[in-house]
Amino acid sequence: MSLNRKLATRLLVYGIAIGFALLSAFPFFWMVITAFKANRDLYNPTNNPFLFNEPPTLDHIRLLFFNTPYVRWLGNTSLVGIIVVLITVVLAVPAGYSLARLIGRWGERLAIMIFLAYLIPPTLLFIPLSRVISLLGLQDSLWSLVLVYPSFTVPFCTWLMMGFFKSIPLELEDAALVDGCSRLGALVRIIFPISISGILTTVIFAFTLSTQEFVYALTFISSSAHKTISVGVPTDLIRGDVFYWGSLMAAALLPSVFIALIYNAFLDRFIAGITGGALK
Amino acid sequence: MEAVAPKPQVRRFDFRHVVDSERLLGILMLAPAVLFVFLLTGVPFFYAIYLSLNTTIAGRFDYSFVGLQNYIDILQSSLFRRSLANTFIFTIISQVLVLVLAKILALALANQFRGRNLLRFLILLPWAAPIALSTIGWKWMFDSQYSVVNWLLRALHIIGPYDFPQWLGEPHLAMAAVIFVHVWRMLPFATVILLAGMTSIPQDVMDAAAVDGANFWTRLVHILIPLMLPIMSVALLFGVVFTFTDMGVVYVLTRGGPPVNATHVLASWAFQIGIISNDLGQGAAISLFLFPVLLIASIFMLRLASRTDVGV
Repeated sequence: MSLNRKLATRLLVYGIAIGFALLSAFPFFWMVITAFKANRDLYNPTNNPFLFNEPPTLDHIRLLFFNTPYVRWLGNTSLVGIIVVLITVVLAVPAGYSLARLIGRWGERLAIMIFLAYLIPPTLLFIPLSRVISLLGLQDSLWSLVLVYPSFTVPFCTWLMMGFFKSIPLELEDAALVDGCSRLGALVRIIFPISISGILTTVIFAFTLSTQEFVYALTFISSSAHKTISVGVPTDLIRGDVFYWGSLMAAALLPSVFIALIYNAFLDRFIAGITGGALK
Repeated sequence: MEAVAPKPQVRRFDFRHVVDSERLLGILMLAPAVLFVFLLTGVPFFYAIYLSLNTTIAGRFDYSFVGLQNYIDILQSSLFRRSLANTFIFTIISQVLVLVLAKILALALANQFRGRNLLRFLILLPWAAPIALSTIGWKWMFDSQYSVVNWLLRALHIIGPYDFPQWLGEPHLAMAAVIFVHVWRMLPFATVILLAGMTSIPQDVMDAAAVDGANFWTRLVHILIPLMLPIMSVALLFGVVFTFTDMGVVYVLTRGGPPVNATHVLASWAFQIGIISNDLGQGAAISLFLFPVLLIASIFMLRLASRTDVGV
């Protein structure tokens, strides 16, 4: 390839990548601008919206944190997330190991069935589940989410853990077994300790999946005090017809960036989980 | 003990013993997860079918069996047919756009260049952020008076200085807005999957083709795309399932309007009927219209999995 063509290719690659990055990130950039803009500036259509025509303000942030249940929603979301993570780890880690090593021929088929359960969308089941929740007396309670969220985190994380366990060399367990460990002993003493990074992936994805969830939370939770951020922000920060855009954007920005950062760090494992054998 | 007995026999005996107890251990370790997931997906699914054959409202637990009446009522409703059509329109248009754009973006990102990690992070944002929150951002950007999108279009002289397109106030523009947000959201996901598929293609295959004189387009059409077909189907199947069954974008962006029901999709219409209007039977019946598409997607996944012999 001539130097000129190389340069042209390089420019094209940069152009495409930067163009898409701008498109992807623009709403978040816009949230930042809006969150710090004084109302008088925000609601003046003749102003250039990209500039701070008035000095930036912390009013929206203050309103969000001190005059709305936002902090409470953050707390609710974290609480649900943490308990869901615990349930998911307890159920999915042993299940993943079992599918990878113990079940044998059936493992493969069962694993795919379990993975397909991850594809069952909340919008297919939210109506019957809303009745189950009210039968259990859990309507408008965070426990309804704690109960239901593992139905999609467990299949996904079982699949991830199965892939992870398959990547551990068999010799390691065999050595332990030969040394007189029982299978369970080998698991607890050898396998689980070296699987910490795999389990951490499960923790991250169970947490992000439960934070992103919208439909179940919208259906089961009605009072403001029990909402999660995903539902509280789009439904409760709008009073009648009045949108508190500055506060809304700040409210949307914080969790989005937080989740995107942890997500990004574990992206490769997510991809490996999703694509699995289609790459081989 | 091992030193005395003939080796093969000992091994065989040990092996069988281990397998038996291992299978038991395996079942014990797997059962809680399978049971939990089945109770929360399989059981509600059959309950949804039962609900759809009855008339029953939220808060009361009496059922009256009506057979297929709910389905007949639904199919006769023009509002339902509109939301069914919308669901297909949103899914098909957005997924075609996503596949084409993701392919372009993945081809670009497959190159090594400075700042690639930062760009990858920025491109990933729409997929990682909770959809209900990022859609709120779009709702503000499509605002009737203070839309930054309109401001930009005016500044670039694409529209006149006094034009204020009502993105969320006019049916066709609202449809376009919903599709746009779906594309924006699914693009990163499809891109990273395609990217993973691309890097798994052995470089020497590409190099050999290049040496043989194949240009970029020949390589793309004859090598890259055929080799990537399985991974592209994975991206497409996930995209279809996630878009077809989504209600977050429509619910937050337009609430099904404007003015009424212009942008409703199956899922948001089921929510409207089943939860807001309390008609659980009809709501469940509407939701169940999502099932055939899910079933087809699952069958494709299974076929894909069996062809590639390892997994999905």
